[in-house]
Amino acid sequence: MSEQGGTQDPSDQLRKDENTRQSGGMWRKAITRRDVLKLAGIGGAGLLLGSLGTGGILQAGSAPVKREAQDLAGSGVVDFYGAHQAGIATPPQDFVCFAAFDLTVDAVAQVRKLFQQWTEAAAVMTSGGMIGSSNDNPNLPPSDTGEAAELVPSGLTITFGVGPSLFDARYGLSAKKPDTFADLPAFSGDELRPEWTGGDIGIQVCANDLQVAFHAIRNLARIARGKAVLRWTQEGFQRSSHSDKAGATPRNLMGFKDGTVNPNVHDPKTMDEVVWAQADDGVPWMAGGSYMVVRRVRIRVEVWDRSTLQDQEATFGRHRRSGAPLGSRDEFDQVDLNAKDENGNPLIPMNAHVRLARGDNSVHLLRRSYSYSSGLDRTTGQLDAGLLFISYQRDIAKQFIPVQKRLASDKLNEYIVHNGSAVFACFPGVREGGYIGDTLL
Amino acid sequence: MKVWNTGAVLFVAASIALAGCGNKENNQAESAEAGTTAANTANTTTESADAPVDLTDAMTGYKTYGIEQCDQFIIETEKFVTAVKNGDLETAKALYAPTRMYYERIEPIAESLGDFDPNIDARENDVPDADWRGFHKIEQSLWVNNTTDGMAEVADRLFSDVQALRALMETVEVDSTMLVTGAVELLNEVSSSKVTGEEERYSHTDLYDFVANVEGAKKIYELLQPALQAKDAELEAQIGENFTAMETLLAKYKSGDGYVSYTDLTEADTKALSQALDALAEPLSQMGTILEA
Ligand code: HEM
Repeated sequence: MSEQGGTQDPSDQLRKDENTRQSGGMWRKAITRRDVLKLAGIGGAGLLLGSLGTGGILQAGSAPVKREAQDLAGSGVVDFYGAHQAGIATPPQDFVCFAAFDLTVDAVAQVRKLFQQWTEAAAVMTSGGMIGSSNDNPNLPPSDTGEAAELVPSGLTITFGVGPSLFDARYGLSAKKPDTFADLPAFSGDELRPEWTGGDIGIQVCANDLQVAFHAIRNLARIARGKAVLRWTQEGFQRSSHSDKAGATPRNLMGFKDGTVNPNVHDPKTMDEVVWAQADDGVPWMAGGSYMVVRRVRIRVEVWDRSTLQDQEATFGRHRRSGAPLGSRDEFDQVDLNAKDENGNPLIPMNAHVRLARGDNSVHLLRRSYSYSSGLDRTTGQLDAGLLFISYQRDIAKQFIPVQKRLASDKLNEYIVHNGSAVFACFPGVREGGYIGDTLL
Repeated sequence: MKVWNTGAVLFVAASIALAGCGNKENNQAESAEAGTTAANTANTTTESADAPVDLTDAMTGYKTYGIEQCDQFIIETEKFVTAVKNGDLETAKALYAPTRMYYERIEPIAESLGDFDPNIDARENDVPDADWRGFHKIEQSLWVNNTTDGMAEVADRLFSDVQALRALMETVEVDSTMLVTGAVELLNEVSSSKVTGEEERYSHTDLYDFVANVEGAKKIYELLQPALQAKDAELEAQIGENFTAMETLLAKYKSGDGYVSYTDLTEADTKALSQALDALAEPLSQMGTILEA
């Protein structure tokens, strides 16, 4: 954890502890994969990884960031406790299981109890343990469902957030609702379906093993029975770390490298600017937390597959094979929106996705998306596949919304449709003995 | 119709119980000895998690309940089959679902007594066509063919199956372990077929079965309540609350003396019912804690 990041409460002491622990671990012995992973999990490994040559340029804002080799996240433990929740600055694992819940209880004390139980279970699961004490009693259903027994923790992270609906009349929390935190406005082209929209609580579970991730969601849902019900879920994947040892930028289902330009998660200053809500942002309970946007974006793969390579590249403004901006050679070359061809036409078309998404490059967000495939659309017989777009930002109204508004004229819209949407205020991290959400509940 | 699972019976015929199950007898003996202790513990509010609890009353209480339900089941089945044989279509339709409720409350008993469940409660395709008889065969005739014609023999057979069930009821011995799991099994019945509308595929009277299964589970809970109270008061209270929530939700679907048709439920309704059921079944599945020494 860097000193720059150490100014905000409530995590000062925690950060100090981490410093001690980290430097102990770092200098006493050669660093192991697991150590690196632990550091990365609490967002504290920026300088370290930078100096190992795996990080990118330490500059504020979005920059091309080479991804650290994926096997860093391989099989180890990502610390559950820390100043920030794991699963945000954590380099994306191979799989996601996302779940939105609706609360069914009527008192805030019961909500608190649920988060306490969830915290306990999450701490155990992320360290690879079994939930509960009754796993060998023949008279009772085992307290852990068991399918992750003996499996390595697989970089499991569990990230909790609450939706705007939590702040309605039910729990007396309306005065605590962040001013600009609300369901997203309708964007042009939206075809949102209720079955993939909203939720009082959102949980992003990521791991390098889908069974480990599913086990976590399943057990959290089980613990919630009688207190909260599942509202919607979506699983997602990237290419796995086994298939890409080099840890290159993963490709989405349109065949393009996705995630090239993203804030440097290892630079605390950037993260404080772009991702972590700050103590003076007006919402004390969110200091050190982050706002999550989830969009279930269906890709019309059949249509995309019949479009020419030239059209495909013009859609994004990047080359498919290299990932380089059109007219450039390397994936990480700077995007020059002013570059023209010999006829004076922009190399990156005016309606290209990267041009519109970038805008004047003053606004950034941390994208942490996964591909999804959910079988067939039974009415059309086509694949229901696409992108589970997930982004983290300090303020949705200032970051995601203006970007998504600009995307109204995106050429990409010919090939995609947004059919699910939710936003969650993800709490700051928790220290041992505390519980997720203890700053609010 | 029960999804047959020979490993999970609530009752075993007395003869079998006496013949084979030394373990169980020991348990019961221990329970009996500790009986007074448990009762005292329940009265004073001190929770003694260590005292083995006495389930003798619960077990005899449940046997009595089973017999009462079965007696009533015979009376109502007789009215139903009479209507079928008299060609009184409307009366037969009206009696069909309420009659079945007596059976649904105690369904695990029939399962433990051999072929009764397939004979009384099989759905089409659960058994070979030639063997298909019982309530659902008549249901198909009443609602799909809209007639009682050709059902007289099936009706007679149903009545004699129900009478035979009643006769065997005398011999069952309630087993404490199985009593504990039986409540959850009744709810599992609901989530596997009633909540999906698959049980009553012609009459769409699934909610009657739903309610009856929940009532049957609640009876077991009530019988175990003192033991549960002594062992884990928080769990006992939680189950009680969740039963109330389930009953409140089901009450929304009352219509006259009965319940609305499954086809009147929206997707949101069935989802809410199913999730309330899961919410109830989860703590209910922890009742086995009373069997720990
Ligand atoms: C199916 C939907 C989408 C697909 C397939 C997609 C794909 C891509 C690709 C291939 C790139 C270029 C490589 C990179 O820099 O990562 C990119 C860049 C980007 N996308 Fe998307 N995207 C989608 C939706 C969105 C949405 C909904 C947003 C936010 C509202 C968004 C924001 C961005 C941003 C900020 C960049 C970086 C632009 C820059 O160079 O500064 N994308 N996207």
